[in-house]
Amino acid sequence: MASDSRNGEIELVSVTKRFGDTVAVDSVSLRIPHGAYCCLLGPSGCGKTTILRMIAGHETPSQGDIRIGGESVVGRPPVRRGTAMMFQAYALFPHLSVLDNVAFSLKMRGVDRAARQKQARELLSKVRLEQFAERMPAQLSGGQQQRVALARALITNPRVLLLDEPLSALDEYLRLRMRGELRRMQKQLGITFVHVTHTQLEAIAVADILVVMEQGRIEQAASPNAIFDTPRTAYVARFVGGQNVLSGKVESVADGIATVRASDGARFTVPLRGAKPAPGSQLFLSIRRDRIEVAKTGSDSAVADEVNMVRGQIHSIEYQGSYAKVTIDLARAEEFVANLSDIEFGRTPLEIGDHVLARWSTADVCLLEGADGADQKAYADAELMGG
Amino acid sequence: MRGTANERRPWTFYALAAFFVLFVLFLYGPMIVIYVLSFQGPNGGLTFPLNGVSLHWFHALIAQERTGDIAGAFRRSIGLAAMVTIFTVVFSVMAGLAFRRRFAGASMVFYMAIASLIMPGLFVSLGIGLVFQSLNMQPTWYGSALGAQLTWTLPYGLLIMFAVLGRFNRAYEEAASDLGASNWQRLLYVTLPIVLPGIIGVALFGFTLSYDEFPRTVLTAGSTNTLPLEIWAMTTNVTSPALFAVGTVTTVISFIVIAVALTSIALIQRRRARRAGKANESTTVS
Repeated sequence: MASDSRNGEIELVSVTKRFGDTVAVDSVSLRIPHGAYCCLLGPSGCGKTTILRMIAGHETPSQGDIRIGGESVVGRPPVRRGTAMMFQAYALFPHLSVLDNVAFSLKMRGVDRAARQKQARELLSKVRLEQFAERMPAQLSGGQQQRVALARALITNPRVLLLDEPLSALDEYLRLRMRGELRRMQKQLGITFVHVTHTQLEAIAVADILVVMEQGRIEQAASPNAIFDTPRTAYVARFVGGQNVLSGKVESVADGIATVRASDGARFTVPLRGAKPAPGSQLFLSIRRDRIEVAKTGSDSAVADEVNMVRGQIHSIEYQGSYAKVTIDLARAEEFVANLSDIEFGRTPLEIGDHVLARWSTADVCLLEGADGADQKAYADAELMGG
Repeated sequence: MRGTANERRPWTFYALAAFFVLFVLFLYGPMIVIYVLSFQGPNGGLTFPLNGVSLHWFHALIAQERTGDIAGAFRRSIGLAAMVTIFTVVFSVMAGLAFRRRFAGASMVFYMAIASLIMPGLFVSLGIGLVFQSLNMQPTWYGSALGAQLTWTLPYGLLIMFAVLGRFNRAYEEAASDLGASNWQRLLYVTLPIVLPGIIGVALFGFTLSYDEFPRTVLTAGSTNTLPLEIWAMTTNVTSPALFAVGTVTTVISFIVIAVALTSIALIQRRRARRAGKANESTTVS
């Protein structure tokens, strides 16, 4: 039993949560192994925070089961789940000193003053804040507050730490530093972390398991690398990877590679990886932004059309340091983005308004499931570039 | 948008300033006249000029036979205000917390509680007085008058608690539960301390509303008077500056109550700041 109570494996079994008529979480199943760093990623309102709060015991699922360490915890109060939560904006008690904040749960358990303060000081020194023990939370910077919240949550000795947008209250510089800190802390403690965020780059940077959510459902749950390389749906491709999504009807299939024809006549090839699409059916495919080659064509269409190529006019160029983001307006009013490495970009100077063609190879194309999800596109772009 | 010294102000500024001065005179002028006249000499009358300066009329207040039972009325008023304050704080805080959940019939209960704010106070008083009489019960300041005043202070207290709790972040409570606090511990160690300044505000309101309450008390206080009733009675049968002395004393009491409340709020905040200040020193040393 002792080993069981340290087991931070989390299992969601067909969990549904309704608020009135709204379905916040729609029959979600997920297994997070003990000691994993799991990120729930999605736009606001996708149900990720609700899942976190159900694991913590601050919401009760309408249907389904939540198991931690193999035992159902539905109906148990937070303290008997072995979980601890770090709240968005931290919810440090404003009327208590840093030390009393950290010692709070020991006080609730009736640990005497000297013992609980000693233990709280030990935890504060772990997050390198021992000299701030007597301060009030309002006198600390955002990054220090976050570390106090971390110490306060960890003093309960949890097997699962739940983090609700833990970095959103910090400025850019601290965000980058603290996410590394969280990752390091998680490895050191060896407990399960579940981290909710709407920032793609943050999730990719820290997670072992990345769970991409949309409208109460899981779109894909896999390692960040797998999600980046082989997004399952157009939504994941756009939201996480910032990839280009194209579509066309199947023209022919040969050697596990389908040739599809877009509405404007352009042809793309896509490796099928076991899929067997019917001729004439609509396929969606994604191409990573950093695997695209861009060449100037001039205003005439002298270059012959070939497979895996689109034409357009440069709409904008954003220099990002190590790469340049080149946005190309395609003739059919879609946007196509190529991230050119700074070396490449330096070799072929491009200007806004240039007529260009963009090419890629079949190996960099990924076949997607299901519908287009184009309505998410604008949002996904804004988010990715913001993060 | 800061105006320079040379900039001409529009005429409306002077018109509104004049209006404000008139308002202030109207508000404070009569009170100041009363305060000054309460120090009238022993042979002085109810009007100017001052016939010497003395504390004669304050002494006269305590001598019961001349002015009625002012000291007794004062004790009753303070006692009543203290009881009203306690009831108002306890029930407003509990009701405020209860209304955070949408229980069945919540809006019905709310409107019923608030309705007594718009009922004419004199009729509340009349009704309660009549009911007591028909039940053959003696109306008293600590019974029927207490109830009558609570119909007035509880809705106010509830409305203040709505404002206080509306600003309260529920995440504090969730954090407390998450850290193993029971419902009672959460209330005692987290919720109440955080909203304490608001609760003091409720207490202050309860006290001052009760202390000078007239219409709801007049027909429910029974055979003995509270201070406002006593003063009202004095205006008809006392024709000495002792009346003004009452005004001065009661004003001083009101100011003391407000000062106590504001000081305690300030002390709470300063205690937090001082602990923090100490922390600052120790960090600069280390």
